[in-house]
Amino acid sequence: MIRRSMLFIPGNSPSMLMNSTVFGSDSIIFDLEDAVSENQKDAARILVRNTLSTFDFSGYEVCVRINSTASPFWKKDLKEILKYRVDSIVLPKAESAEDIGMLSSELSGLEEEYSISKKINIIPILESALGIENSFQIASAGERIDALFLGAEDLTADISARRTKKGDEIFYSRSRVVIAAKAASVDAIDTPFTDTNDLESLERDTLFAKDLGFSGKAVISPRHIDTVNNTFLPSEEEIEYAREVLEAIAEGERQGKGAVSLNGEMIDAPVVNRARRIIQLAGGKGIK
Amino acid sequence: MVLQKRASAGTLESSDTMVTAEPSGKELELYVESIVMHQFGDDIRKSVMEVCSELGVSSGRITVKDRGALECTIKARVETALLRSGGENND
Amino acid sequence: MSKVVKSLKEVFRLCGMKDGMTLSFHHHLRNGDYVLNIVTDEAAEEGFRDLNIAMSSLFPVHDNLVRHIKNGTVTGIDTNYMTGPLGEFISNGGMEKPVIFRSHGGRPNAIETGDLKIDIAFIAAPSSDCMGNINGVRGPSKCGSLGYAFPDAENAIKTVVVTDNLVDYPNIPVSINEKDIDYVVVIDKIGDSSKIVSGTTQITRDPVGLKIADNAASVIAASGVMREGFSFQTGAGGASLAAAACLRNLMIKKGITGSFCLGGITKYFVDFVKEGLFKSILDVQCFDLDAVESIGSNPFHQEISASRYANPSSKSCVVDSLDAVILGATEIDRDFNVNVHTDSNGLIIGGSGGHCDAAAGSSLSIIVAPLQRGRLPIVVDRVKTVTTPGKTVDVIVTERGIAVNPLKPELETNLKNYGLDVVSIDDLMKKAVEITGSPRIREKEKGRVVAEVIYRDGSRIDEILSVSE
Repeated sequence: MIRRSMLFIPGNSPSMLMNSTVFGSDSIIFDLEDAVSENQKDAARILVRNTLSTFDFSGYEVCVRINSTASPFWKKDLKEILKYRVDSIVLPKAESAEDIGMLSSELSGLEEEYSISKKINIIPILESALGIENSFQIASAGERIDALFLGAEDLTADISARRTKKGDEIFYSRSRVVIAAKAASVDAIDTPFTDTNDLESLERDTLFAKDLGFSGKAVISPRHIDTVNNTFLPSEEEIEYAREVLEAIAEGERQGKGAVSLNGEMIDAPVVNRARRIIQLAGGKGIK
Repeated sequence: MVLQKRASAGTLESSDTMVTAEPSGKELELYVESIVMHQFGDDIRKSVMEVCSELGVSSGRITVKDRGALECTIKARVETALLRSGGENND
Repeated sequence: MSKVVKSLKEVFRLCGMKDGMTLSFHHHLRNGDYVLNIVTDEAAEEGFRDLNIAMSSLFPVHDNLVRHIKNGTVTGIDTNYMTGPLGEFISNGGMEKPVIFRSHGGRPNAIETGDLKIDIAFIAAPSSDCMGNINGVRGPSKCGSLGYAFPDAENAIKTVVVTDNLVDYPNIPVSINEKDIDYVVVIDKIGDSSKIVSGTTQITRDPVGLKIADNAASVIAASGVMREGFSFQTGAGGASLAAAACLRNLMIKKGITGSFCLGGITKYFVDFVKEGLFKSILDVQCFDLDAVESIGSNPFHQEISASRYANPSSKSCVVDSLDAVILGATEIDRDFNVNVHTDSNGLIIGGSGGHCDAAAGSSLSIIVAPLQRGRLPIVVDRVKTVTTPGKTVDVIVTERGIAVNPLKPELETNLKNYGLDVVSIDDLMKKAVEITGSPRIREKEKGRVVAEVIYRDGSRIDEILSVSE
């Protein structure tokens, strides 16, 4: 899965929700946690559920950041939003394998209740000293774990560090998360860059994260997506494949064929969407 | 579900809807105000009534102030307002 | 000799002003203009009736006209753009005679052919000498270019300069000169410069707007027109300016230097020329004070007249040399017709300005718009008012796809090869309705005609009917 950019969309904002697919992030994280005040949790989960039921998210990884397992909200969050397609649950304040186990068994119950065939992934956010210390234990706490996500804002508050643009204070935690993720063969997702206007520093910060071994980065502003995607640009092989897909589709159109296959495999809408995005990000280097 | 108290959901921001639900002791009354009244007034009424019927709400007063919200948003705001007004365990 | 006259009242007498005459004005002071109100107030006071007001554009500050229409002083309006409560008043049938809407290029055409006969032109001038040599770049009420006032000065039977800044003869630099000026009248204040910045002249922060802007810049890059010597026009809307910013990055990346920027000019274009991205600015109107400053000091920032800008009867006009233009829309239909005159309820909210002129002249005309605004689809079956005919519109850029006019198959191929998300206009309309639901179409009511839309060549392309709530 390409997971270079993961865009946070505030769960109680209709205008952002309805436009969540236009910005070209690889993943969309509908946020029921920090972006939603305590007295709007009910409204947000219903709104996100309706958004999931209404829009076409093919080609995107659909994630929901639920409230933490220490809150009274997380089970209601799951019960509501899993009625429609969700690929991954982003779990804030993950600190131990037990947290993952608790979420996992709740997910198993709902997968059965709602007849969901595809196993739902868990992406834990490590955002406390304890979470970082337990990062490998968390990364290897079951098959559902698909990525580790570093949350630097809460983390630096937890360890009484000063949060800076340069990020020396999270250097150790970044490295630790990357090592734990790689050791468990899962993705490592870097913390978002919080200054929406400073695209230059964003580029530096993203390149640094990539060089450390992160596979992608969360973003809180749609304006950051291009920079992050370009920094974690797909490989030449991915670009080549995308080109083949689009050419096959164009050929299919010329021949008036409804369904098109490539190397014996059907090309469906998500594949085409992704191919288009890859080509666009690669600068549109000529398709015949 | 029976509406118990006056409750609202949503905002007056663009693309959102503010819905207020309250008990009235009478048949369901619906008041709609929208910036797209002419184009979508009937659809908005229909959306509200659908949610009411799904939740079994048959009496009370519902006021909708719409700022050009999509159907999925209107329905979410109505559902939230109804649950806040008459539901058992709200957050 | 001096042409200075003591008062407007005296000017009216000297010009032989009569009931039923056409008085013309320009809109360079935009929402800060005082002159139209002062002259019409004085005319009402003097008991004139049945006047036709030919003002190049009308802004909320000109709501005074509502009063003068009601009291019979004004019975006709000839303009290229109208915003504010006046539009609502007209739409509600407030004036008996239909408003004549033209375009920025169509107006000078009509003036020169005599379709629009001006009896007296009143030209607000930020500086003038006693003979009526004027410019817009000096003085307390400076507004920069005076481009739209040229055809009035040259063709009106009588031309009156109205200034609040009388300077020694000869006034330098000169834009409109004494050969066409009959009288000069000095008043306290012709306007408020700070209010020429009306509407948005800042890059949008709306993420959807930025996405559209990014797509529009990509379309220009993909189309093939972006090469050395490239010329460009855009409006002052937030999304258009954002597109200009994206375009700048692409030009820098490809090492391209443009030749000229055109249109309503803002700080962004001024900076482009300062940094050497474009060589010059051709300026028919300034949209902010940075542009006013620049046109007064940079020789490569040139004032041009409305006729040179866009008059289709000129031997050539600048829009014909334009490579790309980015324009907005309130509605676009399946035939690529664009409406910027009326809103979804048929109410007058704007007008062509230079919209149809730039679309017709430019090699590549791009319309940018969100696919829906407040649940209203922007791509519709039939626009309520045709401002710009579809045959002059090349491509529509939204946040959810790009549609190319079937008249331009090569362009479509270029955009597809660039990896852009090209769809048919019908698909775009379908996508919009999938999001919003099907709106009930407001039938053209059996209202009476409250405005006629005249295309740049003088032909009548549409009419606007009264709206009743």
